[in-house]
Amino acid sequence: MFSRKTTVRAAAILGGAALMGLTLVGCSTSGSSGGASTIRLMAGGNDPIATKFANTIAADFHKANPSVTVKVDTRPGGTDGDNLIKTKLSTGTMDDVFLYNSGSLFQALHPDSQLVNLSDQPWVKDITPDFKAAVSTSKGTYGAPNGTTFDGGVMYNKKVYEQLGLTVPKTWDEFISNSEKIKAAGKTPVLVSYGDTWTSQLFVLADFANVSAQDPKWADQYTANKRKYADEPALAGFTHTQEIFDKKLMNKDYASLTNVNALKELATGAGVQYPMITVVIGNVLQANPGQVNDIGYFAMPTDSGDPQATVWEAGGAYIPKTTTGDKLTAAKKLVAFINSPQGCAAQLEAGTAAGPFAISTCKVPADAPALVADELKYQDAKKTGLALEFISPIKGPNLEKILIQVGSGITKAPAGAALYDNDVKAQAQQLGLKGW
Amino acid sequence: MSTATPATAIQAGDIVTEGHPPGKKKARRGIKSYYPTWFFIPALVLYVVFFALPTFSSFYFSLTRWSLFDSTFIGFQNYVQFFSDPQLYTSFIHTLVYAVITSGAKVIIGFFLALLLTAPIIGRGYLRAVVFFPVLLSTIGVGIMWKALLDPFHGMVNAVLGFFGLPQPGWLTDPNLALYSIAGIDIWKGIGIATLIFMAGIVAIPTEYFEAARIDGAGAWKIMRQITIPLTRGATATVIILSLIGGLRSFDIIWVTTGGGPGFTSDVLASVIYKQYQAGFFGLSTAGNVVLFLLVTAIMVPLSYFLNRKQVEL
Repeated sequence: MFSRKTTVRAAAILGGAALMGLTLVGCSTSGSSGGASTIRLMAGGNDPIATKFANTIAADFHKANPSVTVKVDTRPGGTDGDNLIKTKLSTGTMDDVFLYNSGSLFQALHPDSQLVNLSDQPWVKDITPDFKAAVSTSKGTYGAPNGTTFDGGVMYNKKVYEQLGLTVPKTWDEFISNSEKIKAAGKTPVLVSYGDTWTSQLFVLADFANVSAQDPKWADQYTANKRKYADEPALAGFTHTQEIFDKKLMNKDYASLTNVNALKELATGAGVQYPMITVVIGNVLQANPGQVNDIGYFAMPTDSGDPQATVWEAGGAYIPKTTTGDKLTAAKKLVAFINSPQGCAAQLEAGTAAGPFAISTCKVPADAPALVADELKYQDAKKTGLALEFISPIKGPNLEKILIQVGSGITKAPAGAALYDNDVKAQAQQLGLKGW
Repeated sequence: MSTATPATAIQAGDIVTEGHPPGKKKARRGIKSYYPTWFFIPALVLYVVFFALPTFSSFYFSLTRWSLFDSTFIGFQNYVQFFSDPQLYTSFIHTLVYAVITSGAKVIIGFFLALLLTAPIIGRGYLRAVVFFPVLLSTIGVGIMWKALLDPFHGMVNAVLGFFGLPQPGWLTDPNLALYSIAGIDIWKGIGIATLIFMAGIVAIPTEYFEAARIDGAGAWKIMRQITIPLTRGATATVIILSLIGGLRSFDIIWVTTGGGPGFTSDVLASVIYKQYQAGFFGLSTAGNVVLFLLVTAIMVPLSYFLNRKQVEL
């Protein structure tokens, strides 16, 4: 028999060892140091397109570099995904390469302390200045583009427009009068899909290029707490949201309709106009492949009649600081591969081009959906502006809910805008910005 | 935790001094353990690591601006901001309304279901199973199922209502209805536990009481008022406390069915806190959790004292 003292000591040692073990589980081991045969890639979500994209890239990369195997992890989309990524970075368990948003969400990752600076990589010279700004800090450039840029505005059914003899509206009044005509023809003029809450924001977010065009300093002044959504020109997005409800120009099932189902109605012509981001055209390609080219795009109409297309930058591929040695070499190769000609082919195979690429090595193919041509017209005429999230770090978390209130008649537009200005304050204070 | 070694623990129980009965002596000397102290070390380690440390660190983090990468101490600013949130007031009211409705309905419906299911009726076992079944389901699953059933245009509930020519409201999408619809789902899911507790309370009442009352000529109503209700007071207190705590910190079913919407019309404290967490305001949402913890404690401690004070001995 052991004496009691020995047993207590043994128990203490065992307990301590167990505790150490628990702690160590948190820090994943880096595996074999020589050869770097396997690296991990975290997909940009867990939806079919994001998963397929990551798997295609992984398989094609392995074909081109047989010594490296890429294992794919998926993650939730939306804010749950944001928090997972922050947690993984802060605990040092992030995959060797991960795909994530550019712009303000990227800035929230504390890139200078968390990510590998890629500014010396050869592909950096090929990316567009707008994209570069969306993945850079003053200290470096951290991401390569993945996917295409896309626009926000109104997606519309060209066939119905033709049948009813309508033309693409430039002013808000034209948009309303088109909508009245569509309603008279017995179709849904404006699709609203609050079943997916994020879709409520498009009248505001897609109007931002118009705000910038009227007041080029708006974003900077807004970040400095000197511009408000409760004032024009930014208020327009809120009043437009309310107007569609007040004039009963939206579908009856607006409160429960989902994005995917709204797109089906748009493709078949049951619904004719849908304020949206063009990246969702991938879903139409899956559900209604025969009707993809019936869908067109126009920028959010303005009161003055000179609409600008609001552009969202492509997502980025990033490498965390925890990736080192041979794995880092392989990870850099993988990031470069995503935008090599083979990588571009894989991108197009998995998804579809929803707008121009942010890097000159990838080209929009001739068989891209018809609405891409509509977007390029704005690009060529230089009537584009970046979405607010790429030029200001502040976006209040409750915008989508507030706009649902405005868009379902619970709150009026000015009150909703004021509520949002207050919501933004919380975000700015959390970020520690000056002037709040 | 007791620091006595096994040897003294045994002795303490054995020594009888100054005519005190052993039991009384034991009680006065504090809790005595049947196990040696080191036996508790693994449990203590687990408790400290997984419960005590997170609790105390959350009190600390509620005083910081915390981005997961670093944290800055900012004193009580998070609390100031939390209380200046315009949604806080409405969500606070929603929380109370929701807790009172669900808890009240569970007490009343649960009691009558228990009366029914303890009575000699046909298919009693089957009916008991039916009432208890929803308790066994995952809350998320229940939420998804009811969201589909209550869909205003494709849901079964409205299809049935439409068949009979009745109005078909947007149960979860109408701002005036959403919170009550969710409360209804919560009641449906939680009623089984309340019924079970009441059944245990009713069954525990000695049958002599009922027989005596019946001989004295008491009717069913009188028996219920004079015997069943007073003698199930313990069960009632348990149901109220459990369902009120559940209602005050209710989150999952609200999140799955409406996400606090449309707009903010079914937001409760827990969903506001979760949204702050989602937005990356980790310090702020931790402060919210501390507030929720204090609120639940402030309501439940006096209530539980009040309810348990008047317990009736059978």
